[in-house]
Amino acid sequence: MEINVTLNGTQRTDDVEPRQLLVDYIRGTGNTGTHIGCDTTSCGACTVLVDGTPMKTCTMFAVQATGKSLTTVEGLKQNGALHPIQAAFKEKHGLQCGFCTPGMMLTSAALLEENPDPSEDDVRWAISGNLCRCTGYVNIVKAVQHAGELIREN
Amino acid sequence: MFPPAFEYSAPTSVEEVLATLAAEGDGARVLAGGQSLIPMMKLRLASPAYLVDINNVSGLDYIEDVNGHVAIGALARHRDIVNSDVIASTNHAMASAAPWVADPIVRNRGTLCGSVAHCDPEGDWNSVMLAARAQVVAQSSTGERVIPIDDFIVDFFTNSLQPGEIVKEVRVPKYSGSGGGAYLKLERKIGDYATVAVASQIELDGDGKIAKAGIALTAVNNKNTRASAAEDALVGETPSDELFREAGDLASQAANPETNVRGTADWKREVVRVYTRRGLETALAQAQG
Repeated sequence: MEINVTLNGTQRTDDVEPRQLLVDYIRGTGNTGTHIGCDTTSCGACTVLVDGTPMKTCTMFAVQATGKSLTTVEGLKQNGALHPIQAAFKEKHGLQCGFCTPGMMLTSAALLEENPDPSEDDVRWAISGNLCRCTGYVNIVKAVQHAGELIREN
Repeated sequence: MFPPAFEYSAPTSVEEVLATLAAEGDGARVLAGGQSLIPMMKLRLASPAYLVDINNVSGLDYIEDVNGHVAIGALARHRDIVNSDVIASTNHAMASAAPWVADPIVRNRGTLCGSVAHCDPEGDWNSVMLAARAQVVAQSSTGERVIPIDDFIVDFFTNSLQPGEIVKEVRVPKYSGSGGGAYLKLERKIGDYATVAVASQIELDGDGKIAKAGIALTAVNNKNTRASAAEDALVGETPSDELFREAGDLASQAANPETNVRGTADWKREVVRVYTRRGLETALAQAQG
């Protein structure tokens, strides 16, 4: 079936089988920053913003994204500069192996869009659908709060 | 992983959805949030020949206060329940359950009506619906019927919908007097299915006695289960610590859990006992508040 999506600001038309998962479609476009972790709706590594809302793309079909705007980690940077969430993850060492990081940053970017000054509890609650097996979350939480500071300063 | 091949359409009106379901027969399934159906398809536990995606139907995401009940439309997401002022001001058990359904990202997509229809005995909503004595509105191309939740939940992953019917709406009665409720959920980690959970709701009459009681259990039977003996023990009585302890004991007798990775059967029964008592204490405080 033909789908029309806006992927990181660029309109695309593609032909997909109904059973193709959105995450496989996205990775097939070369945007391999979106990771497949558990493939069972648990880990959040495949999180992408669909019309601004975080969704687990292993649990959506590509056909369901037609007419939608998708933002992956490749679409976070603004005018060639790192998005505040990316700058903050770098600054606060919010990653180790980096596998969960794209999903973690997209979920956090959506949180900061709603609430640029989240408490530690707010951050931990918001990212509770994104699993990290390296960091123990401490530096991720610090990074999200720091990103909030960067956003509030601008 | 990818599921078996299927045909797909995404109609934009309820009428088209119902016509498609009628035409495709028993092999067709409705796709709403898909947060349970798609994983089941990937694991080949479900392989519908045809998926009718209802996400493009407008006007189904309502949560409305109408005629003594709250009506929740087929596309109201768990997140909408979390954020709903109507829910917050009408039903304590629902408001307390909503933030504990799955995780925040799943809540962005999954729907209450879909979860009710799924009838997973480890699902949260059907216990809350039993405690609140909800009704399910089933619609087909030939008409509509209103099904009490006790008749809707048949068994393990089995509801009483007929081919061609969709869950168009769930209706949750409002308290007739002062009421309160809670959903207490024990989970191994945040976002997990319940190890054990208990939904409880009470309403008080003008004399402060219990006029209505609802208690239902998650993940301790082959379906979400009403603890009828515990409810019967409460109705008509004056609330007391002793009464709530008795209700906890009776509720734990309605549990028939299995020992598994989440805990032993004896321990789960004990959690039911304690969570029933604590839930009732919370509900009473709200009803008296």
